[in-house]
Amino acid sequence: MPLSLKACATAAEAVAAMTAERGARYLGGGTLVMRDVNEGDLSFSTLVRSTDRALTRLETSGSRIVIGAGVTYAAILAQRDLAFLHPVARSIGGPAVRNMGTVGGNLFAPSPFGDFTTALLALDATVQVQGGYSPREIALEEFLAARERNQSGLVLAVTAPRPASAEAFRYLKVSRVKPKGAAVLTIAAHVPLSGGRVNGAHIAFGAMGATPLRAKGAERALEGRPLDVQSIAAAAGSALEGLSPVDDALASAWYRREVAGVHLRRLLGGGS
Amino acid sequence: MMIPLQFHHNGRSVALFVGGGANLLVVLRDMLGDMTPKFGCGQGGCGACTVLIDGEAHLSCLTLAASVEGRAVDTLDSLKDGPRLHPLQQAFMDRFAAQCGYCTPGMLMAAKALLDRNPNPSRVEVVEAISGNICRCTGYEAIIDAVLDAAQRPRARA
Repeated sequence: MPLSLKACATAAEAVAAMTAERGARYLGGGTLVMRDVNEGDLSFSTLVRSTDRALTRLETSGSRIVIGAGVTYAAILAQRDLAFLHPVARSIGGPAVRNMGTVGGNLFAPSPFGDFTTALLALDATVQVQGGYSPREIALEEFLAARERNQSGLVLAVTAPRPASAEAFRYLKVSRVKPKGAAVLTIAAHVPLSGGRVNGAHIAFGAMGATPLRAKGAERALEGRPLDVQSIAAAAGSALEGLSPVDDALASAWYRREVAGVHLRRLLGGGS
Repeated sequence: MMIPLQFHHNGRSVALFVGGGANLLVVLRDMLGDMTPKFGCGQGGCGACTVLIDGEAHLSCLTLAASVEGRAVDTLDSLKDGPRLHPLQQAFMDRFAAQCGYCTPGMLMAAKALLDRNPNPSRVEVVEAISGNICRCTGYEAIIDAVLDAAQRPRARA
């Protein structure tokens, strides 16, 4: 069946188009949706896109950054103020994918994709979604939990606090193909220290479930403790709580479970 | 649903009607007869369909054709200049950087995107620039050598 296309000048028109039609799918950079189009996916009949410049806004000066849903990874890499996100953006695709793929689209990326979202989850990001008349803010964790059920509306932007310090935010993507490949697993950790103790740890895993997930057992193991060999070993030991990896072409669920704690320990600096 | 589309294909203005979900690769190959971008995977995994859109590398198989309205799309065909090879093409020949040749158009366009922006790249930068392009027979070393070689030749920046 031929697809119809709704090209919208404003985000508001795109919201209306997304809400009006059940078979509508929003097309951002194309790196996910066009794959489905090329494979003849029949679950949608209309593509909606928007050229609204509001969707590519990027506010990096304040303590809370705002990234429009249509901002590409290349645009992130062009921002010196977002240096803490550069390793994340660089770990995704080759240059062509980074010129196309968007931060908003990554929120919908099926496992093993979604590296950028994993980083945003560790930063405790908030998603601005417009469904009806006014945009609402949803915690990213909540957004991801409801992702499969709730595909209507339009993501306008993501906001996140800057990490407490450069050392407080860590990111690791494990892939088999060098230099670039999809993730066996991805870990992002925001571990701020106050008075020598961990205060507000957020640890997120990618490719360890249908969406990026928080590793709450690991977070609890670190909270209120100094970041030392003992607390890191405890975090690594409880890393799997809440995670549910699956078998895919890159790794088995068993392998992912075996190595998740090991990689977390190394990322946090607890030795090999 | 057919959509009118106008864009610049290798410097020439073209106008045609495309389907709502048509990708740019299909438009270039099947409708405009430009066979230089290759269809490899249709999923963004191989880079054989790489073209430049407004000078930046994009995967044409994942680009909605309608999204290039008014923009400049350059394929490998844009490198030709009568019988003379582009320095990148000549360097690929001299360095044996093409065996079966299927990845070559994508490699050349990814390399061109790099050299246009960074005329004197390091080896690491070349590796990064072609990291989205898969080669299954030539081997990457010869390709990386060829791109570095091309950077030293005159006219590589054109």
